[in-house]
Amino acid sequence: MENALQRHRQYIAGDFTLVDAVEEYLKRIEANKSLNAFIQVYGDEARQQAAAIDAKRAGGAKLGSLAGLFIALKDNMCMKGQRTTCGSRILDQFVSPYDATVVRKIIAEDGIIIGKTNLDEFAMGSSTENSYYGHSRNPIDPERVAGGSSGGSAVAVAAGMADLSLGSDTGGSIRQPAAFCGIVGMKPTYGRVSRYGLVAFASSLDQIGPFAKNVSDAALMLNVISGLDPNDSTSMDEMVPDYTAAVGGDVTGLTIGLPTQFFQEGLDSEIADNIKAVTKQLEDAGMTIKPVDLSLNDYAIAAYYIIATAEASSNLARYDGVRYGHRAEEVGDLNEMYTRSRSEGFGAEVKRRVMLGAHVLSSGYYDAYYKKGQQVRRLIKNQFDDAFKDVDLLLTPTTPSPAFKIGEKVDDPLQMYLSDIYTVTVNLAGICALSMPSGKTTEGLPIGLQLIAGAFQEEKLFRMAGYIENLLAE
Amino acid sequence: MDFEVVIGLEVHTQLLTDAKIFSGSSTAFGGEPNSQTDPVVLGMPGVLPVLNKKVVDFAIRLGLATNCTIVPYNRFARKHYFYPDLPKGYQISQYELPICEHGHLDITLEDQPTKRIGITRIHMEEDAGKSIHDAGVDTLVDLNRSGVPLLEIVSEPDMRSAAEAHAYLAGLKQIVTYLEICDGNMEEGSLRCDANVSIRPRGSSEFGTKTELKNMNSFRNVERAINYEIERQTDIVSNGGTIVQETLLWDANVGTVRAMRSKEEAHDYRYFPEPDLLPLQISEEWIAAVRAELPELPEEKKQRFVSEYKLPVYNAEVLTASKALANYFEAVAKSCEDSKLVSNWVMTDVLRVLKEQKIDVEDFTISAQRLAGLLNLILKNTISAKIARDIFEEMLGNEDEALAIVEKKGLAQISDTSELEGIVAQVIADNPKQVEQFRAGKEKIISYFVGQVMKATRGKANPGMVNEILRKQLKA
Repeated sequence: MENALQRHRQYIAGDFTLVDAVEEYLKRIEANKSLNAFIQVYGDEARQQAAAIDAKRAGGAKLGSLAGLFIALKDNMCMKGQRTTCGSRILDQFVSPYDATVVRKIIAEDGIIIGKTNLDEFAMGSSTENSYYGHSRNPIDPERVAGGSSGGSAVAVAAGMADLSLGSDTGGSIRQPAAFCGIVGMKPTYGRVSRYGLVAFASSLDQIGPFAKNVSDAALMLNVISGLDPNDSTSMDEMVPDYTAAVGGDVTGLTIGLPTQFFQEGLDSEIADNIKAVTKQLEDAGMTIKPVDLSLNDYAIAAYYIIATAEASSNLARYDGVRYGHRAEEVGDLNEMYTRSRSEGFGAEVKRRVMLGAHVLSSGYYDAYYKKGQQVRRLIKNQFDDAFKDVDLLLTPTTPSPAFKIGEKVDDPLQMYLSDIYTVTVNLAGICALSMPSGKTTEGLPIGLQLIAGAFQEEKLFRMAGYIENLLAE
Repeated sequence: MDFEVVIGLEVHTQLLTDAKIFSGSSTAFGGEPNSQTDPVVLGMPGVLPVLNKKVVDFAIRLGLATNCTIVPYNRFARKHYFYPDLPKGYQISQYELPICEHGHLDITLEDQPTKRIGITRIHMEEDAGKSIHDAGVDTLVDLNRSGVPLLEIVSEPDMRSAAEAHAYLAGLKQIVTYLEICDGNMEEGSLRCDANVSIRPRGSSEFGTKTELKNMNSFRNVERAINYEIERQTDIVSNGGTIVQETLLWDANVGTVRAMRSKEEAHDYRYFPEPDLLPLQISEEWIAAVRAELPELPEEKKQRFVSEYKLPVYNAEVLTASKALANYFEAVAKSCEDSKLVSNWVMTDVLRVLKEQKIDVEDFTISAQRLAGLLNLILKNTISAKIARDIFEEMLGNEDEALAIVEKKGLAQISDTSELEGIVAQVIADNPKQVEQFRAGKEKIISYFVGQVMKATRGKANPGMVNEILRKQLKA
């Protein structure tokens, strides 16, 4: 199957019609139903939009940069008139009255949103097993997890059910499933993409980003969704370069750092060997590689689970059964309405995190946990700043292991949390990173390579990722 | 035992911005329930707050007017509690870093020296919606008020009586209305006041256990509730009891308080910095720009009235009690050079009518222009003060100028010497007995003759001239 940028060009050239293409994609979605990638498929709406864009092309009008493409959204992004479930019973029937900024941008560029994908409930999880709508399966090995929390979006692209998709990454939720499914996934700098219309898990860490089959396609998607949004005060007024132009750009003189701490205990040996081999190839090609100290990474998971759960406990307070969402029936009083609506509506992992978060913010514990967590976060950010004085990019494995078996870690939250050990620091520091396929294990499971760059250095990330993609293809 | 009362107030003022603090919905009072909402106000999944900068302007304005330090680095914080009229499950407020700190307001009680009341802090926050419990079996929620900007003004525990609390609250109201940031209406809830009250043995420097009073929706109720609470606490302590720290609701109908929640039931609000809003930096330039636009404040205006219009301090104080009244006075005084006369009329006649009709000066039917027209007729001796009062009453019910009424009704004062001489001659001729008495030395009887002349002219005779002509003719 061709990549998205090619399909877009072919569509512009008149090589196919969307009215035909939409049926192909819907058929493929139907055929892959067992992977459980989608919570909602918008067949009728997609057909209508396909006809409208075909007509627009026939009329000679200028087409947007996503014309000819089908896009899947993680079901925690709002689309006017459609359900936004967040993979949760509590929002099962919730219909959003407005469009997320990313949705408006995709539609404005003639992209067709074909459906919304499965996720860990409220994006809390690393395997897409915590969904009210059942777990997703990895297309490479259906007995294995797709990764998470944006598992459905990764599967949709990996199995060709969508050309591009969007996920959200709070601690690795785009990069880890991209690594598990053998595709490209990227977490932009905090503030690069508007969060307006993304249902919040942890506001200071969440960021929307693309999944794609290759680096150029990810760049194309990021081009569309980036930029300042007056509806999101944390979005930044930073220039948006053409990221697709960066792919294939010159990498001479770029220095790569290898964080020592990312290659120690706990890392699968095949992944370690793979990343080392890629590093060797880069070195042979004349790239400068140096070790870098990121010792504070040891504290990242702890700090992350304090900050993320604190914000989550606050962000999820609005699901109270009063204005929308699940409300328990036949309740005696207000307190019972709250307790039962939330107890019935939320799954186990969400409850665990809400309780953890409420605890770390409670009076008497705030200084010991939340405040300390923020201090650690500041130090981690400083350590990255120092590292980027020496090197342009960091290269690490994306995950400590390849995709694990469905059910393998669901009963051990701490093991599950460690799947994010190489990704969470990036969210804590607010910088950008990308995961790309760098080979396979002997079992044939994809291995993900992570590139990390400083704030608003996405262009550098795409340059290097494009270079590595080429190098590995040779 | 002799007790000293310690009172601190927490005052909430609803700001007169057009839009809400974190979204574009209207803040207008009294719309259809839930009509002034949007996804942000409703706390829909995925929405984000965007700060209305006008709210910051207003906060700086109030901070400057109450002698506060404006804090340059601000953060919003989330304050959590569950209630149906709080859509997000938290209120966006300020906690560790409020926008204004260390201010004060001076109050003066009758016959006492001026007293300074400290202002601990002023912070910005959003209002909650309203729960309507008396609409049948269900509780209804109206979120029109949700997201209306508020400034919370927290005083130091510097007040020592309900009267001082009242004076402080009145002073705050005067300032916020002068600044045009709040309409100050306690009945409609745009100005709300909670009081922390405690007592301690006089001379003690430690604070007693305090209670928090809520639900006092008028100035009178603030004073009543605090006095009630002082008495309740004094009774308890005098009888050997101890005060329990709790929140109390004032019931104005019964005139008592009832417990709302105890210290143990107090919320843990789990404050933490609001991650959806970046820290707010307030530059010196921003503060300077607000300062430059600051209107004249009550105290300055009062001083100016004394010097510019040569008014007694008391008059200046009454006339500057509200900005609208002060504006009205100045508008009249601009067109009538006798400012003392204007002051008297505004303070007696105008204020009387406002009180009778229970209206504000903005709704007063006699415009400043028309009142000036009336007063100028007195100054030009066209009418007497007495006739002027009749015309004033008539002007309340129509839109005519005073001069038009005078002309239409022929009320112009008779200042024509020959005409008055004729009338006086007639009165003297008709009252020979009284003429006798006058000539016998009973000079006081002259007022009888004045009365007769006035009667004959239906009050229109120029009283000064009548007096003069009478004396001349009687002594002739």
